[in-house]
Parts: sequence; structure tokens; C-alpha cells
Amino acid sequence: MRIRVILSASVFACAATLASAPVHAQQTLTIASWGGAYQKAQRQAWFDVVEKELGIKIKEDTTSGLADVRAQVASGRPTWDIVQQGNYSCAILDKEGKVEKLDPAILAVPGIPANMKGEGWVSNLVYSAALAWNDAKYKDKKPSGWADMWDVKTFPGGRTMRRSPVYNLEAALIADGVPMDKLYPLDVDRALKKLKEIRPNVTVWWASGAQSAQVLKDGDVDMAQIWNGRAQDLAKSGAKVALTFNQQILLTDCWVVPKGAPNKELAMKAIQIMSRPEVQARISLFINYGPANADAFKTGIIKPEVAASLPSAPENAKKGFVLDANYWAANLDELTKKFDLFIQE
Amino acid sequence: MSTAAANDLSIASRGERHSLNADALKRSERGEQVRLLALTLPALLLVGIVALAPIGWLSGLSFVGPNGLTLVNYQRLIHPSYELTLITTFQLAFLVTALCLILGYPLAYLASQMSSRGASLVLLCVLFPFWTSLLVRTYAWLVILQRRGLVNTWLRDLGVIDEPLRLVHNFTGTAIGMTHIMLPFMVLPLYAAMKNISPDYMRAASNLGASPIRAFWNVFVPLSRPGIFAGLIIVFVLSLGFYVTPALLGGGRVMMWSMQIERSIAVYSDWGAASALGVVLLVITMGILWLVSRLASIGSFMERA
Repeated sequence: MRIRVILSASVFACAATLASAPVHAQQTLTIASWGGAYQKAQRQAWFDVVEKELGIKIKEDTTSGLADVRAQVASGRPTWDIVQQGNYSCAILDKEGKVEKLDPAILAVPGIPANMKGEGWVSNLVYSAALAWNDAKYKDKKPSGWADMWDVKTFPGGRTMRRSPVYNLEAALIADGVPMDKLYPLDVDRALKKLKEIRPNVTVWWASGAQSAQVLKDGDVDMAQIWNGRAQDLAKSGAKVALTFNQQILLTDCWVVPKGAPNKELAMKAIQIMSRPEVQARISLFINYGPANADAFKTGIIKPEVAASLPSAPENAKKGFVLDANYWAANLDELTKKFDLFIQE
Repeated sequence: MSTAAANDLSIASRGERHSLNADALKRSERGEQVRLLALTLPALLLVGIVALAPIGWLSGLSFVGPNGLTLVNYQRLIHPSYELTLITTFQLAFLVTALCLILGYPLAYLASQMSSRGASLVLLCVLFPFWTSLLVRTYAWLVILQRRGLVNTWLRDLGVIDEPLRLVHNFTGTAIGMTHIMLPFMVLPLYAAMKNISPDYMRAASNLGASPIRAFWNVFVPLSRPGIFAGLIIVFVLSLGFYVTPALLGGGRVMMWSMQIERSIAVYSDWGAASALGVVLLVITMGILWLVSRLASIGSFMERA
């Protein structure tokens, strides 16, 4: 008797579940990003909005970059629908055909500059490689651009630059007088010749953001080419460090959809939502990164005092230029070898 | 039936008995081997799975490109950048090994001549850094050697220097840090070898009229040679593959072979290229070890002759 009750109850329950299935069956979308505080901010600013608007569930995972996406696509059955990458990685994956072409509706979202997207990728966050210095050392005259990094007479002291050709070749050409809008394709020989002038004064070629901050803070160097967030964190923690957005190299992080992603259609819809100005703007409420969509600054969501510290705020963005992701996607390997030789010489 | 036939039979049966006995012996011997194999099997499997198989797979990978079998991963190594890296790697490994021997030999000698309590104190000091993470020790050197670090501050306060010395973010700093980290790997095998040298040899030498220095050079040092070779090989091989210390103390310009491997993965995500780099290092290292072992055996042969 009891068994029969349980049975009928469970049959009933099953039937009820089946009947309501179309309403409750939540589709899930898997997004992989850099993890940590960064991804937590993305969750609060963007993923929650997408979940609500599309009535779906977003599962999260983390990636450490290019190799992960390549491996997933090579397996033939990627598990990620959307992946975050550093800017030229997106362009490289696009060039290799490892990502789906984006829905034209995404690329048509107003406000995202043309050099922050490609057929298979769109930027979502902006930071920059900028010039920072020990403010206690340069008390009267302040550096204002890459030429000052080369000017060891006016601004004596050690330098730190990234252990990579990316940023350095651009900075060298600007210091040599090339206008910011005439940099690409880079004149590599001219850039290396200019870099050779500063090489003896480069105390450290940094390999990680943490290292660049450490040598600036400990006084091993007095001037740094550094990611804006690292220098701003130092200043906030009380170190005598100042930074200029002048001639900053704007860098982006971007979304791609791995080739063969399980929920391609849904992924496109999600990216479109996350690219809209009012959604983009939300990121600055949770972490000190700027949105890629310039129109986000018109929404009123980002307070002016916050905007002043963001590289992509229109006032700051116009002082610098956007790194050409496509150029680096095509030339990274060859130029890295050249650069490695250059710093070892 | 004749007796001959009976004899034959008995011989045959004796032969059979003999072969039965031999079989039993052989069987027990085989059983012994099987048991031994069973005992060593876990270790063999472990070595096979965690060492040989990956190395084989790695070298296989280095011959695979995007379009099947290829030498392209090795061709891309023919570049002056890799040449310089290889030179730096070996220079650093040789220098660190030499410094470790110079610093470690007297230390090990001291420990081997002390009372057991003194020796354990010295060895404790040698081992103590082992219990701190490699990263911590490396950062400690950064703190000591940097522009506003301990050494430069003291030297400046004492008026020895006006401008801070460039002690770190270069080859010098890397060599200092690596020597410190590698020193225990030299001291321990040296100490073990020296402890095995009976003091009677030294007494005999002085009894025969050798001065203490002569006895040390002609008796003690040659007898400690197994320890020297063991220490040299361990330090040298470990130094070749060093990554963390050169990366943090080298200022980015001291490029080790291991850093090129990391770059192949991190920058280019090129497993083939990274494998090729690994194979090249492995082959060169084995070549050097082979050469050293040849030299060592020639040395000991000459000694005996």
C-alpha cells in the first residue's frame, strides 16, 4: 500500500516535471575568464545581467590564455562557449581560424572603436601600458612621454621595461619622433636602434606585472613602462609613484567563441548584451578597469572621479593610441626572437 | 633383457633425475628472479611512467609540426638568440659549479674533521636554507643586493662606495643567488665521501714524512674524488635547468635555456618548439656527463697504473 503511494507520487512528480520542463529547462552557457577578483567583477557587472535577460545560467571556468583555447578546439569538442583573452591572442586565434566569426549584430553595437574588434573577436576591457616614475626623485620637472624615458640627462636613474617587443618598439618609435597614428607597420630596425640607446639604462626587463611594481617601489628603478593598474595600486598604497596617460598604449582584453562551441547562438547573444554601453559601464563599479565601449562613459553610470583614473575614458584615451592587435598577431614570433637577441647582446 | 640395457636404463633415469634436479634449481632461480622483479616492479613502473615515457613522448613531440613529421622545430633553433642563451646557460652552470666547489670543499672538510656534534651543527647550517622555499631565498637575495639593499647601504655608510654597485638584475646577481642555493648539493656528497676517508691514511702519510699540505693534496683530495664528481655533476645538471632564480635576479637579460622553453609555451604555445629545446638540453647534458665519466675513469685508470 505504502509502496503504491510512493510510486504513484513519484510518477506524478515525474509527470509534473516533464510537463513543466519547457518552462524551467535552463540553458547554460560556459564562460572562461582570468579568474580571481577580475572574474568576480565580471560576474557581478555582466554575467548576472546576461543570466537575467536571457533566462539562462552561466557556468564559469578559468583560462590561462591562448594554449587553452587551442587545446579545446583541437579536441573537436570545446566545453567553453565564450573565452576571455589578452588582445593580440584574440587576433591570433582569429587568424588561425580557431574561433567562430561573430554575429554582425555584435560588431554593429555602437561605441566600440574599430581597432578594438575583428571578425572573430570583440574587446570588453581596456587597460594601458603607461609611463610611471618615482615622484620623489623627479620633484620639479615631471616626465610627460616616452621621449623622457630616453632622456637620462634630465631624468637620471634606472628604467624598467617589459621583456617583450610589444610596447617597447612602439615606445621607441614615439621617442624617436614618429607620430602615434603613423606607427604601424612598425619600422623595426629604427625602433631597435632607438632601444639600443636606452638599453644600458634599463635595469630590469620585467616579466610580470608584479615585478615591474616591485622594482619601482623598492627604488631599483626610477622610471617604468608599466600597466596603469600596477602603478595606480602603488600610488594608492602610499608609494611616491606618479603616472601619465600621455602617449599611453591602450590594451584590451577580449571575447572569443571557440570554434565548435556547444552553444554558439546563445554565446553570440550574451556577447552582444555584454558589449552594450550600459552593461559595459557596470564593470567600473566593481573593479578599476575601463570598458571598451566608449559610449559607456556617456551613460552616467561611471562617476567622473572614477573615469579620470581609467585609461579608456575619452579624456585619457585621446592622449594615447590603441595597440595594433593584428600587427602583433602576424609578427609576434619573429619580433620576439629579434628582441630576445637584442636584450641578451 | 641384458645388463647393458639395464645399465642404459639406469643411466637414463639417473640423467633424468639429474635434469630434474637442474630444473628445480633453475625453477627456484627463476622464482627468485620473478620475486625480485615483483619487488622492483613498482619502482621500475614509476620510473617508466614518470620519467622515461614523458621523455620519449617529449622527443616524439619535437619532431611533429602542424603538417606531420618535420624538423622545423629544430630548424627554428638555429638563431643567434638561442645560441646566446645556450652560451649563457652553460657559462652560468660552469661558474656556479666552480664557485660551489671552491666554497663547499673547505666547508665539507671542516665538517668531516669535527666532532660529530660540531659536524651536525655545520651540516644543520648547510641544510637550514633547504627548509625555506626557493622563492623566499631568491627574494632574500634581491633584498640584500638591490640598489637600496643591505650591501649597498652598508658600503655607502662605510664610505667605501659613492654610487651603488650593480649587484643584481644581471649575471653577477644570478650567479650569487644560484651558488647559495646550490651549495648544499655540493657539500653533502663531499662530506659523505670525506667521512669515509680513514684518518689512518693521513697519519701514515705524515709518518712517512709528508708535510700536512702534501698529505692533504696527495692523499686526502684524491680519496675525496668520488664526492667531488658527485657534487660537480649534481650541481652542474641542476644549474643547467634553473629557472626561478635567473628569472628573478637576472633582470630579464640573463636568459636561460629553461626560460626559452617557458617562452615557447607562454608566448607561442608551441609545444613542438619547447620539446625540441628540451631535447637539445638533454642531449648536450648527457654528452657532457658521458665525457666527464670517461675522463673520470681515465683518471682513475692512470692512477692505478
